[in-house]
Amino acid sequence: MLLDGKVALVTGASRGIGRAIALRLAEEGAKVAINYAGNTARAEEVRKEIESRGGEALLVQADISDSKAVETMVSQVAERFGQIDILVNNAGITRDGLLMRMKEEDFDAVIDTNLRGVFYCTKAVSKLMMKKRSGRIVNMASVVGLTGNAGQTNYAAAKAGVVGFSKSAARELASRGITVNAVAPGFIDTDMTAAMTDKAREATLANIPLKRMGRPEDVANAVLFLVSDQAAYITGQVVNVDGGMVM
Amino acid sequence: MSTFEKVRDIVVEQLGVEADEVALESTFIDDLGADSLDIVELIMAFEEEFNIEIPDEAAEKIKSVQDVVTYIDQNK
Repeated sequence: MLLDGKVALVTGASRGIGRAIALRLAEEGAKVAINYAGNTARAEEVRKEIESRGGEALLVQADISDSKAVETMVSQVAERFGQIDILVNNAGITRDGLLMRMKEEDFDAVIDTNLRGVFYCTKAVSKLMMKKRSGRIVNMASVVGLTGNAGQTNYAAAKAGVVGFSKSAARELASRGITVNAVAPGFIDTDMTAAMTDKAREATLANIPLKRMGRPEDVANAVLFLVSDQAAYITGQVVNVDGGMVM
Repeated sequence: MSTFEKVRDIVVEQLGVEADEVALESTFIDDLGADSLDIVELIMAFEEEFNIEIPDEAAEKIKSVQDVVTYIDQNK
């Protein structure tokens, strides 16, 4: 298996894309720490699903926009599994609204979780990876961070920020054998996109050459490749998983 | 163990150099082959070992093993 003996920490892994990533990495032999913010029941389901297939998993509750909570979470994982080889910064939220009406707290909440959270988690985990002289970090960006999207100034700003953050961290950590890449999902079938109106959905689908929504598993497969040894020579890149929506 | 010996052991472990290469007058970058990231890691290791905080302004002035030993002896 691709990830035998590896330990992965996946943030926001109780549902959606994060859940699919946690399951996929576990399927390839990784021990997986499932971070979640509040939904213990859903996170527990992911743990049970991994364990029922003979894998090993650990639940770690933490609000990643809180640096202290992140440090505690990372020590918990390191204590249980002895190391962290793979970090997938997936946790993200939306607070959509047109710029003219966007509240400061909605802007801040999205930046705090989607960008600041990536900073906190990467900082804490890279300390361990630097000592080991190896590691794989994958950050969840979004095609919206590349193209912009009406109603998502906060989300697009955070995701564009994640791209710049990933490239800078890739340069800083390369000499220590740590790769940092970003994955930019397009229109993926999750709770986050379920909130869209039928009209918005049809309009989006019209712009996807492959003519379908993506599945969380499509994103998980790209992440799996980037965290495996097969991607050892790839760093600082943004991989779009979007059915060709953005080229 | 003296402060120097403890510092030397950390330097040996972090930079993968031999103990006899590490003298008080050794500079991290020129003599011991450290890069900027090594310096950050060393500072973090010193902070942990000696249970002190080395602020950025002080860390920037640290060039040699002597600088570290002096700083630690003055601040522990």
